[in-house]
Amino acid sequence: MCGTCGCHDEHSTVHLHTPDREIAAIEPHTHPHRSIQVEQSILAKNDKIAHQNQHYFADRHIYVLNVVSSPGSGKTTLMTKTIDRLKDRVRVGVIVGDLATDNDAQRLRSTGVPVVQITTGTLCHLEAQMIRQAAEQLPLDNIDLLIIENVGNLVCPAAYDLGENLRIVLLSVTEGEDKPLKYPTMFKSADIAIVNKMDLAAAVEFDRPTALQNLHKLAPQAEIFEVSAKTGLGMEEWCDRLLQSCRSMANLSEECNR
Amino acid sequence: MHEVSLMEQTLEIAIAQTQAQNSTQIHRLKMRIGELSGVVPEALNFAFDVVTRGTIAEGATLQIETVPTICYCSQCDREFHPVDAYIYECPDCGNLSFQIRSGREIELTSLEVS
Ligand SMILES: Nc1nc2c(ncn2[C@@H]2O[C@H](COP(=O)(O)OP(=O)(O)O)[C@@H](O)[C@H]2O)c(=O)[nH]1
Ligand SMILES: [Mg+2]
Ligand SMILES: [Zn+2]
Ligand SMILES: [Zn+2]
Repeated sequence: MCGTCGCHDEHSTVHLHTPDREIAAIEPHTHPHRSIQVEQSILAKNDKIAHQNQHYFADRHIYVLNVVSSPGSGKTTLMTKTIDRLKDRVRVGVIVGDLATDNDAQRLRSTGVPVVQITTGTLCHLEAQMIRQAAEQLPLDNIDLLIIENVGNLVCPAAYDLGENLRIVLLSVTEGEDKPLKYPTMFKSADIAIVNKMDLAAAVEFDRPTALQNLHKLAPQAEIFEVSAKTGLGMEEWCDRLLQSCRSMANLSEECNR
Repeated sequence: MHEVSLMEQTLEIAIAQTQAQNSTQIHRLKMRIGELSGVVPEALNFAFDVVTRGTIAEGATLQIETVPTICYCSQCDREFHPVDAYIYECPDCGNLSFQIRSGREIELTSLEVS
């Protein structure tokens, strides 16, 4: 719409108006529609802060996990159990994003490690800026591993880098073999895919070969772990893997991978 | 995806750019949206109408260019557009590619203003 006279000329870059009844006061005029090249990613701001976070944590030798899944796949349970297994060997801190309640934060606090909660309200994902602010409330000098539990959502968190070292996507056997196919963006961006609630596999007739094949074909870059956070099945393997990465971080010099 | 909040951020950038050029009206916004970005173009269009109401972009046209997914096969040293929306198999060697060269874009490319 033309700002001078309210016309709807959308096609020409220079147009001529002649007065009519409604715009009688305006003289015939031309005014150029100019083009502005913007070429800007809408996520550029978040990407920049995520990159700063990456340095901020690397400088402090902190290894960072971003854990994502649908609501109820078992993020809080798995992380609680992971912390219980690792806390004597690495110093852990947690940031948990939750829409409204602090239930998850309380469950995670039961492990004895420091937990900061971000109440996101209507926001469906965590952003890099929120992580930076929350991290300042943690005793970072005494943390080797920072676990971020993202908001339960498999769409939006895929687009928001937090500056993590490892992105972990969780899927439970109760969600069905073809679930990953509905969220390609998230699964393709994950470093590790964890299939949780393996204790229920038989009960829900989980088709393990199909599920693993779907997962591998969709996310060939991802390492796959099968666990039950409840019974402990597969937990040792997963925790060993995590510990190994944490330790390599501790010896790592500051390097920028972008 | 949260298309409304993405559109708000887009409009914020657009308005700042327009004012920086001493212009007062936005007639057209061009965006590039990747096939793998998670953004639903229809939802973005809907959000555009809502978000621009009462702003200098009210009544403007939103033009969305879809950016196809392009993968790279390191085995064949070539780029390809996967036939399947989810499984990125190289058409030459059949290897699964996880090097995604484009398809995640959510960009404001240009504006037409006066
Ligand atoms: N049977 C079984 N239940 C689990 C397992 N892991 C989590 N759950 C249950 O799944 C529900 C959701 O778990 P929660 O950790 O809150 O999921 P989140 O929303 O992803 O954080 C809870 O009732 C957990 O007790 C598991 O390995 N096996
Ligand atoms: Mg939780
Ligand atoms: Zn969102
Ligand atoms: Zn190939």
